Amino acid sequence: MRWIAQLRMRIQMLFQRVQAGARLDDELQFHLERQIAENLAAGMSAEEARYAALRSFGNPALLRDQARATWSWTWLELLLRDVRYGARTLKRTPGFAAIAILVMALGIGANVTLFTVVRSVLLKPLPFQDPDRLVRLYEYSSDDKFPFNIVAGGVFAEWRKQNRSFSDLALLGGAEFNLSGVSGQLPEKIHGVACTWNLLPTLGVQPVLGRNFTETDDRHSANATVLMSWGLWKRRLGGNPAILNQTIHLDGQLYTVIGILPAGFAYPDASTQLWTPVYHYKPAEQMDSLAAHQFQVIGRLKPGITAAEGVADLSVISRRLHDQHLDNPFISKAANIKPLLEDMVGDIKQPLYVLLAATCCVLLIACLNVANLLVARSAARRKELAIRTALGGGRLRLLRERLMESLLLSAAGGFAGLLLAFGAVQWLVSTRKDMSRVEAIHVDGVAALFTLGLIVLCALFAGLISSLSTKSNQLLLSLQDSARGSSTGRAHTALRRSLLVAEVGLTVVLLITAGLMLKSYQGLRSSDLGCITENVLTMRLGLPGARYKTPGPAPVNFFETLLGRVRTLPGVEAAGIVEAVPGQGYWQDEDFSVVEHPPVPQGTAQYAIYRFAEPGYFAAQGIPILRGHTFDPNRKLDQANQAIVNAAFAKQYFPNEDPLGKHLHNEKKDYEIVGIVGDTRYSLAEGPKPIQYYPLYAGKENAGTLVIRSNRNVEQLALPVQRIVQELDHDLPVSDVLTMDQLLGKSTVDQSFNATLLAVFAALSLLLAAVGLFGVLSYIVAQRTSEIGIRIALGAQREQVLRKVLLDGLRPALFGLGIGLVASVGAARLIRSMLYGTQPLDPAVFATVAATLLLVAAAACMVPAWRASRLDPMQALRTE
Amino acid sequence: MGKPNDLVQGTLDLLILKTLSLEAMHGWAIAKRIQQVSGEVLQVQQGSLYPALHRLEQQGWVKAKWAESETGRQAKFYTLTTAGRSQLEKETTNWNRLSAAIDLIVTEA
Repeated sequence: MRWIAQLRMRIQMLFQRVQAGARLDDELQFHLERQIAENLAAGMSAEEARYAALRSFGNPALLRDQARATWSWTWLELLLRDVRYGARTLKRTPGFAAIAILVMALGIGANVTLFTVVRSVLLKPLPFQDPDRLVRLYEYSSDDKFPFNIVAGGVFAEWRKQNRSFSDLALLGGAEFNLSGVSGQLPEKIHGVACTWNLLPTLGVQPVLGRNFTETDDRHSANATVLMSWGLWKRRLGGNPAILNQTIHLDGQLYTVIGILPAGFAYPDASTQLWTPVYHYKPAEQMDSLAAHQFQVIGRLKPGITAAEGVADLSVISRRLHDQHLDNPFISKAANIKPLLEDMVGDIKQPLYVLLAATCCVLLIACLNVANLLVARSAARRKELAIRTALGGGRLRLLRERLMESLLLSAAGGFAGLLLAFGAVQWLVSTRKDMSRVEAIHVDGVAALFTLGLIVLCALFAGLISSLSTKSNQLLLSLQDSARGSSTGRAHTALRRSLLVAEVGLTVVLLITAGLMLKSYQGLRSSDLGCITENVLTMRLGLPGARYKTPGPAPVNFFETLLGRVRTLPGVEAAGIVEAVPGQGYWQDEDFSVVEHPPVPQGTAQYAIYRFAEPGYFAAQGIPILRGHTFDPNRKLDQANQAIVNAAFAKQYFPNEDPLGKHLHNEKKDYEIVGIVGDTRYSLAEGPKPIQYYPLYAGKENAGTLVIRSNRNVEQLALPVQRIVQELDHDLPVSDVLTMDQLLGKSTVDQSFNATLLAVFAALSLLLAAVGLFGVLSYIVAQRTSEIGIRIALGAQREQVLRKVLLDGLRPALFGLGIGLVASVGAARLIRSMLYGTQPLDPAVFATVAATLLLVAAAACMVPAWRASRLDPMQALRTE
Repeated sequence: MGKPNDLVQGTLDLLILKTLSLEAMHGWAIAKRIQQVSGEVLQVQQGSLYPALHRLEQQGWVKAKWAESETGRQAKFYTLTTAGRSQLEKETTNWNRLSAAIDLIVTEA
């Protein structure tokens, strides 16, 4: 029954450790006594006998430890003891502990946050069936300008019919709905999509309630049906299942709700809340067109078919279509493909990895700093450690203690960091709703495991570096070091200096990256849009097509009445309506021909950005009319046959002639050019492009952006204007009420977000590096107090001392700066594609960073240097 | 005498078990007995003896009891357990095989 004996032993060792310890001491004591007795019997004197016995006995503490090492639970005992020792040492220096934990918490927290985001967004497979086989399909535009162009409805139909590589293809396009309120609810603008009936089966998703679309729902003659997101159903309908097969009012029309999609389903993005069959929703001519590119297409590859084979299959079909319609230059010759995940997150991949790399740098700097602080402490404790070694403390044991100290620090920092990450992820998810797959971001078990890993890694890193600094073979040296007036060897601070060089180098890289991003963002925000952006308010209006038919007079009348009333509001300087304001996006382009010019060769075409505008728009937006005049407000519907072009358009298409009086042919109608207006940018990041403006009052468009300019705080006008809209049509929601500044801020949120975060990380590292410099130099000065005292006593000038100490501290900073600058050249090249209008080797940024770093380093070194030069030699010599 | 022979750990265990198979003994006596029986060739250092004894106790090969020693002072006496006895047999067989093998090689030639 050996195991019973063993078990009894284990229990005994666990609960009666103190008694067992006492018995061990007694046992060893007995042995010693017997040895002494033997020595006495051999004829030694009492004292001699005792010494001889002790000599042969060896190191009693070590012997005891070795015997105890065979006991069970020893690891637990040692662990607890190390924790206790570690905690006790840390408690003795609460300031140090707090700073180190804070530094670790920031480093680990930032890392866990970015890791969580990168993993959830970029690495986790899409929550669809067999997501690896899902792809996004594009047309490769025939003029090679858009390799990833969206797809025309007619092309999709042919692809779906003729391909042999995909188990299914599905199509979808954006759709905005006005959801009417029931029983006093306000109407609401809802973002949705129109999709083919097979979108969900292609993704492999089922509604949780009700049914999916059938092929018969997806026809122009079918009844209107709609699928609803879980979120909208809960929020707007209180999660009532009775809504199934009931109708709701969308754009003033009745739609039957046939199903509710699972919570968390988000395709194509998290803001999509309604899905309706596209062949029912869109006019047949759009669905059949081979040239009107306006839909997204996704596909599921058949098993065993590669993406390259799939796209080759579709390209053959596209080529055939192209060759059959050589007269139409807008039909593509080939197809293109991307994995669906890549398509959804491709844009944010690089910024996220850059931010992750930045947080890694911050963590590394944090570790270096903690290591540095630990080195300083171990240096201060050299004598204690030497004495303990002399008394028989095993080296491994001392090393373990050191590691335990740094483990305690990084564990505390890690848990604080995990909490920090929770908060940061919440904040990020709520501020970056526009990011793809933002709904998938959660701090989960893997993130917790990652935190644990980081804790261990940081502890080992910081602990081992600091342990390296104490060489136990210099035991005697340490003990002798207390000799009065000697200063510690230089070698001892070499390690700390190299840590500082690494720290400063990393900081420089971060500062330069952040500086480049900030400069790029500044450049973006200060690029001239070509219009007034101050005190301009915009809001989107979409008139439901059922009641405001296009083409027709209803939308024209509404817009005219609305503007008439808005312009009389006190505070309104000017108001107008346009399809999309500058900075709001590309929106759409349209082909045209100049009636007075010879026809363009077959197979080519002229196209330019296309906007509907109301006559007062240019004045309201502050776009100068360079020549001619705006649209005649009295020409409406069929009489509205005037066009306006911008300067870039005039320059490109009428290089040596006067565009005024010429005619643009567009959609079977001729328009006379009556004005030339100033250039504007559709996006801050893009230069001015040719734009053709057509009269809104032609009645072809029933959606637009209302632009209101005021001479003072324009935001106050938002409510009165919305009230006017409500009075005109109580079932018409207004969306995206934004000042121009807000609108531009929203359009550059990515750049501002990345630049701001990077700047924060860089500032943090700069602070850490400064603290590191200050700490090291203070330490060196403290160590050399007596040496400096002697120098001063012997007549060294205080300025000399100051300069010497200052240079001592600045040397690692200079080294680090040099290394950092070289490394930054590489880093800047890597982020080149994220920079707008800024060279990766921007000399201003490099110079500013170098100057800032030197300034901060000098400031950090100044205090200890000054203190050294003010030493009173008498005091200094007496300190030890 | 030169430096005491380093005892391989397993061998020390065997020596202790063998020594204890005759009667219960305390640490000092075990060391002395091994030294005497081996004709002063084998000297067990305290640094090896006590860790070995404690390890054997943890493993259940020996058990310990406090009793009055020959000098009248309380001492820790170790005795072999049943499991320890069979372990001794096993290790003895092992040792015989091993030493015979080494013997063969050394006396060869």
